[in-house]
Amino acid sequence: MTLSPLGDTAVVLALGHEMDEATIMRVRALTAALEHNLPAGVTDIVPAFTSVTVFYDLAQVGSYEQLCAELRTWAGRAASRPPFEMGRLVEIPVCYGDEFGPDLGEVAAHANLSAAEIVALHSGAEYRVHAIGFVPGFPYLGGLPAKLHTPRRATPRTQVPAGAVGIGGAQTGVYPLATPGGWNLIGRTPLALFRAQETPPTLLRMGDRVKFQPITAKEFVAWK
Amino acid sequence: MEMTVIRAGVLTTVQDAGRPGHRAMGLPPGGAADAFALRVANLLVGNPEDAAALECTLVGPELVFSADTTIAVGGASFESFPSWQPVRVRAGEPVGLGPCRTGCRGYIAVAGGIDVAPVLGSRSTYLPAKLGGLEGGALRDGDRLPLGTAIRSGSIGHWHINPSLLPAYSASPVLRVIRGAQAEEFDSVWLKAEFKVTSKFDRMGLRLNGPKLARTKDWELPSAAVAPGTVQVPPDGQPIILLADAQTIGGYPKLAHAIGVDQPLVAQLQTGGTVRFQEVALAEAQRLWLARERDLGILREGLAQKFK
Repeated sequence: MTLSPLGDTAVVLALGHEMDEATIMRVRALTAALEHNLPAGVTDIVPAFTSVTVFYDLAQVGSYEQLCAELRTWAGRAASRPPFEMGRLVEIPVCYGDEFGPDLGEVAAHANLSAAEIVALHSGAEYRVHAIGFVPGFPYLGGLPAKLHTPRRATPRTQVPAGAVGIGGAQTGVYPLATPGGWNLIGRTPLALFRAQETPPTLLRMGDRVKFQPITAKEFVAWK
Repeated sequence: MEMTVIRAGVLTTVQDAGRPGHRAMGLPPGGAADAFALRVANLLVGNPEDAAALECTLVGPELVFSADTTIAVGGASFESFPSWQPVRVRAGEPVGLGPCRTGCRGYIAVAGGIDVAPVLGSRSTYLPAKLGGLEGGALRDGDRLPLGTAIRSGSIGHWHINPSLLPAYSASPVLRVIRGAQAEEFDSVWLKAEFKVTSKFDRMGLRLNGPKLARTKDWELPSAAVAPGTVQVPPDGQPIILLADAQTIGGYPKLAHAIGVDQPLVAQLQTGGTVRFQEVALAEAQRLWLARERDLGILREGLAQKFK
């Protein structure tokens, strides 16, 4: 484990370099340990694929070095915790291609496959939520078939519609809100992934399993 | 007591100190883009420094109050209203700020604070998810906002705060930064160059324009936490400085991070401004932060005397 500063308000605990199962389990175990017993002065925790980032209030933690020493102790304790259960299976309906997924053709060209083969591969796989972030409720999904890996767009779009399903590098996910975004858009879901007034406000939680279910444009419009 | 928005301006929202603690579900802490200005404006009217105030962008709103009160404006300076001092305003008399003279974002604190319902622990407006503030949106002409009860009163006199307490607001600041995780993957040209602020700026971040920053490595990074102040470089080589409503996680290389005491300078940049970067050590950034907090503590104590 290496610790490094993220600006002057956070410290990144890097738990591995590869997005492999062992690293993911370490990230989840450390996150659970921290959430269970928050160290004094820690204001926020951001688990992601290979790291856990801890935001702190400098006035409360004393110094960066002191916090790092404390976090090393926490990480040691977390390593001895039992692994997590698999999480729920959540099905997400997606209308692929055309105006719902304007980059499906580019992804197909990059993979040297047909659009139908891309849809079959994307909806055939089972994914796991490795982090929620970017915007509220956005799931970072592990398990994208290697053939579908596609670099992010050179310039991010200034507006991606809510529900857009995209591929960015080795990752796939769903945009819960209309935001800027740099991923290749291959489809769109009619489901709402973030609802501020509900508890919890996010449809998905870290650790959930996800499958995409292809639907037609007609079914998309009728979905309410 | 309430405040009516006669004219809302370009983009005026309710903001407080933000809602930390929800990043794990992807919700950024948000809050005032220039948190220093919010805190001082609140202190000037006798509020707790994290009370909800208005954040306006480029053009100030025109407001009218249902009872006599005290307001203070901080951050950007405006053509028709003084900055960094408490001002008594009369019930029913319209108060207009006019356009921004310097800076980008002004903070209008009202004695008692703006009393909209908190969402997930904060009154801050988070526009992308339409939550907080007044029904999750920017203010519109005719909106009415409930105000809290002022907890302090007393004669305010004619005075303003010592300008030496303020951040070095400028249209072309030198931003002090800490190296980012991928800084060594970029040529050091970014520390010598001047970057222009483009027209693409909002509460999530500012896109800059300057020499194309080429990365020596081309593999994709696993997405990890980013924060307000993070300077990231997308594949087009033009850096983005993140602001208060920035995403919680990002996949672009992190070149640097604006230090806490200089983040108000980022919030006050607008199109046509320029930025240079200067690297400082983490220890120096944190020393400056604690010094700023001490100064604010002294200001808080001094103002408490005035409100007795």
